Amino acid sequence: MVHVSATPVLALRGVSKRFGAVQALTDVELEVHAGEVVALVGDNGAGKSTLVKTIAGVHPIDEGVIEWEGNPVSINKPHDAQGLGVATVYQDLALCDNLDVVGNLYLGRELLRRGIIDEVTMEKNSRELLSTLSIRIPSVRIPIASLSGGQRQVVAIARALIGDPKVVILDEPTAALGVEQTAQVLDLVERLRERNLGVILISHNMADVKAVADTVNVLRLGKNNGSFPVKDTSQETIIAAITGATDNAVTRRAVRSTEAAK
Amino acid sequence: MSDTSGTVKKDAVEPTAPAPADDPTAATAAATVVDPRLLVRDEGFKGYITEFRRRVKGGELGSLPVIVGLIVIGIIFQAQNSRFLSADNLSNISYYLSATGMLSIGLVFVLLLGEIDLSVGSVSGLASTLFAVFVVNHGMNGWLALFLTIVTGVGIGALHGFFFARIGVPAFVVTLAGFLGWNGLMLWLLGSSGTINIPDEGPVHLLGQSSFFMDQSIAGAYILAALGTASLLFGSLTDQRRRKAAGVPFRPTSEILLRVVLLAVAAFVTAAVLNSSSGVSNSLVIFLASLVIVDFVLRRTPYGRKVFAVGGGIEAARRAGINVSMIRITVFAISGGFAAVGGMFFAGQTQSATLNAGGGNTLMLAIAAAVIGGTSLFGGRGTVWSALLGMLVIQSIQTGLDLLNMNTSIQYMITGGVLLGAVVIDSVSRKSQKAAGRG
Repeated sequence: MVHVSATPVLALRGVSKRFGAVQALTDVELEVHAGEVVALVGDNGAGKSTLVKTIAGVHPIDEGVIEWEGNPVSINKPHDAQGLGVATVYQDLALCDNLDVVGNLYLGRELLRRGIIDEVTMEKNSRELLSTLSIRIPSVRIPIASLSGGQRQVVAIARALIGDPKVVILDEPTAALGVEQTAQVLDLVERLRERNLGVILISHNMADVKAVADTVNVLRLGKNNGSFPVKDTSQETIIAAITGATDNAVTRRAVRSTEAAK
Repeated sequence: MSDTSGTVKKDAVEPTAPAPADDPTAATAAATVVDPRLLVRDEGFKGYITEFRRRVKGGELGSLPVIVGLIVIGIIFQAQNSRFLSADNLSNISYYLSATGMLSIGLVFVLLLGEIDLSVGSVSGLASTLFAVFVVNHGMNGWLALFLTIVTGVGIGALHGFFFARIGVPAFVVTLAGFLGWNGLMLWLLGSSGTINIPDEGPVHLLGQSSFFMDQSIAGAYILAALGTASLLFGSLTDQRRRKAAGVPFRPTSEILLRVVLLAVAAFVTAAVLNSSSGVSNSLVIFLASLVIVDFVLRRTPYGRKVFAVGGGIEAARRAGINVSMIRITVFAISGGFAAVGGMFFAGQTQSATLNAGGGNTLMLAIAAAVIGGTSLFGGRGTVWSALLGMLVIQSIQTGLDLLNMNTSIQYMITGGVLLGAVVIDSVSRKSQKAAGRG
């Protein structure tokens, strides 16, 4: 719960997004500070992925304002988001199986020395980056195909850091991982926070959210349904917000019975 | 890429589970650059052997099947006809492999994308005809005609690439259309005459059978061999020095020496054999120079990296900001360009443009060469050296069968069998790569 900056590095104010007849997002608010892990939770179809894609520039927003370090900006293309310093790690990772770890980390932004790829410096930097993140992979020179799912996930996250971003978006980083690999990825998320990055973490797993997130933002049917500090909030409260269980027959009866008791 | 991965599974025992963030061991792990669990390569020669054995087991066969194949071919044909391993015959093989080899270089690019270009044979035939029309019918300067021919080849390839990348027609179909269409255009250009004889001068002379590096001087072949060996030695040592300075794993000196010695033996023996016949043909020199340049482009430049990336995962490449359509179009353009160059080589061999230039099994041989040499049909894996290695196999078989006066029917069946065998090896090694976690 370290709010280092007063101004959020990234803020969404009243963002709406429509796809034809579907109102995917309505007046959504979101704030991410540097050195803060914001979990974005919600049921299937709640609009998490759409929200992330508006930030990443895949879907431009229809209404509302995106603020970057306090200034309104327009993000219309993935390139705009990358230019600002938003790095997105999608669920399918998108790594090239045939290239080695170094090749993947630097894919599309190879370091050059007199016009040719500078493998030595790239390898040196990759090793340094991976070791500062305590990422353990057998070698930076083996093809991605020979890494485990968890190792690929951490390589994908490390790759997002090569461009020196300020905000990292992780889309379901632990969804397909085992217990041990999940632990590794969560460690890595904490290390991102230590590096003073803003992290937006999409997850279905409440245990993961409770473990690493500072703030939980709940989306329900494309709207904000509460923002909670993780430390002071019970899991039940969050799940109730996700499912909309705060307003149902049981709660209404409970309210009536307390009134009747008076 | 760099095979300095140089890593041997020395210790498969995992000591500890990865430490949580607050564990003090995490800090020490961060300090050590080398992962403690595995992949420490033995120093020296022993490491090289274990590494090699591990790779073969893991399905990374590299050029092993080719070398075994060449030895088998050599033994079989030599037993049938003692002229097979004579210097003259080997010199013949080295001359005739370069034309189809040029087509193979272009195909390696296309195969790296996991696509196929069926038009290279027809384009090469069209190129030789175009050149003949320019030079003979229009009296154009030979070198200008060569330039225009290659530009046409590049343009044809780019057109295929455009239909594939931008319109979305499968490459197989686009290039099949090209296979028929460009062959038709060639027949139309040749028209009633059927054959155009090209005077033996300019580029056609250079690519002809009587044109040798440094005019058959004995020194010529040895200079080439020394140049190749010295550049490998110099390149490896420079790389080793830079890697040492940067503190990343480097190739041990013993391994560098082993590789240099192996290359030196191969290069100087070849030079001696060719010298005892008539020398190194200029076609072969141009072919080898093209291989060196293209290999450099593929492995060391951002463009080459992008080609591999698109072959390995289109979505990943796109997300990394690579213009996938552009890569596809340029790769097909390169394929078309090399097809045109190959056509010039054919023209040099026959000093003419004929109706059946680039026809027959030219296309199949070019594809077979790339695949036999070790470039995967599934994309993302391969080197341009497979064009040389594969052509050595193919041309040896062709020449051997010719020596035995074997019927064309038998030649086709044997070549077909070799192609099938190569693809089977590719598929099987891919499976074992998957099983070994390296696919």
